[in-house]
Amino acid sequence: MSAYSFAYLDDQTKRMIRRAILKALAIPGYQVPFASREMPMPYGWGTGGVQVTAAVLTPNDCLKVIDQGADDTTNAVSIRAFFAKTAGVATTTRTKEATVIQTRHRIPETALSEDQILVYQVPIPEPLRFLEPRETETRRMHALEDYGLMHVKLYEDIARHGHIATAYAYPVMVEGRYVMDPSPIPKFDNPKLSGNPAIQLFGAGREQRIYALPPWCEVASLDFEDHPFYPSKADAACGLCGAEDSYLDEVIVDDAGGRIFVCSDTDYCEDRQAQGHRGKDAA
Amino acid sequence: MTPLLSVKDLTKSYGAHVGCRDVALDLFPGEVLGIVGESGSGKTTVLNCMAGQLVPDQGRVVFDTRTDGRGDVLRMSEPERRMLGRTDWAFVHQNARDGLRMGVSAGGNVGERLMAVGARNYGRIRDTAEDWLTRVEINAARIDDRPTTFSGGMQQRLQIARNLVTGPRLVFMDEPTGGLDVSVQARLLDLLRGLVRDMGLSAIIVTHDLAVVRLLADRLLVMKSGEVVEHGLTDQVLDDPQHGYTQLLVSSVLQV
Repeated sequence: MSAYSFAYLDDQTKRMIRRAILKALAIPGYQVPFASREMPMPYGWGTGGVQVTAAVLTPNDCLKVIDQGADDTTNAVSIRAFFAKTAGVATTTRTKEATVIQTRHRIPETALSEDQILVYQVPIPEPLRFLEPRETETRRMHALEDYGLMHVKLYEDIARHGHIATAYAYPVMVEGRYVMDPSPIPKFDNPKLSGNPAIQLFGAGREQRIYALPPWCEVASLDFEDHPFYPSKADAACGLCGAEDSYLDEVIVDDAGGRIFVCSDTDYCEDRQAQGHRGKDAA
Repeated sequence: MTPLLSVKDLTKSYGAHVGCRDVALDLFPGEVLGIVGESGSGKTTVLNCMAGQLVPDQGRVVFDTRTDGRGDVLRMSEPERRMLGRTDWAFVHQNARDGLRMGVSAGGNVGERLMAVGARNYGRIRDTAEDWLTRVEINAARIDDRPTTFSGGMQQRLQIARNLVTGPRLVFMDEPTGGLDVSVQARLLDLLRGLVRDMGLSAIIVTHDLAVVRLLADRLLVMKSGEVVEHGLTDQVLDDPQHGYTQLLVSSVLQV
């Protein structure tokens, strides 16, 4: 163990990242540039999230890693193993026991508390990127609160599809100031961003940006008066635990087109099953 | 009557090369001012300096804003200038592609300025967009088509609709008819003249096409080598040019 710094990163790197995190927390929704390091994994696998997690992790922490809500997918398992090895911290799959949760594209169904930190992996931090390719221009737009373009995107959605068809990475307004990309979480999770007691940190490794939502921060999803924001989900109950309030994945179960809906948050689903809840497809 | 826009001593040089020197002009409400001159005479430099897109070396550009009264555009903060650019001002580019978002539908293009100043009702934005498309003679059924599917003349008309939707008081136009064939030009000029008169717009039109200013402009400024060489009422300048260069310019026009 002594051959490594605690949690992989060297002291100077951690210092640099922590400064970026503090700045990000001081200006909710603002993208702070940071000198992202090479990590022992490819870009797109959570290099930003891993660096943020490494910078906030302490020896007494208990780490949970989820990928699309699941604790048992490749990405989640390998990042959990990475920190178990390089930091020697306890790991868990249970949302309630974790103090640091690194997540890819979901917010856990179980309500978070003030002593938890949620770390998001972010592929493209700039919400205006696909509307305005120039970084100089998007930065100026953020500085001047010039956000008309963001609504143009939503307008185009309604004009083409009859409703706002953006279903993930749904843009939000933070504390009435910065428009922010909440990472590709389903818009079902957007309401959980607002007034959340946990600290929410966003790390984009390839794009070298960190941004954050401090606890109890006000986050509003952008919409139109006559087309209000709606946190949509599949119109079904979980086939395993019967939950009607959780975000569902559609799973194909045989070659005959059979399919079931199950909770995307595996911990939440197992928890409910342990309490005796059963869905219609439960074995 | 106080001028809507008042420019004094406007000077801009690009290194040793002079863009424009000591340009002064007053524009009164409801008036259309033409700026003519050959390529490289500094017309576009003057226009861009006035519209806050270029920073001149010296000079004052005083605009009578709707909210705060007269103020020097060059000393305003960037957010204030951007706000002006979305509300009181409009800028029509020579090339419609510079002024439009080609990846966004016609309705989105027209609605952008409305949304930028806070419109948040889809139905109303769409109604306004439809109304404006009709006013610039674009079939309202094409509201969801992208400008890439429009002809050059339609793109230019769409750009005009997009600019006028927030009811600006001053329109800057840089060669609005450039690159269009003559019959399309004629229709566009007719449309512009109607809009300018109906809305009581003030406009500054930069062009090298004397026919355009003859039709649209009340007053005319002739520029050469970065300086204003002659100014006066349009008909007066074109029918009785005093300066040698203006005489050359007027006599260069082919009579069909």
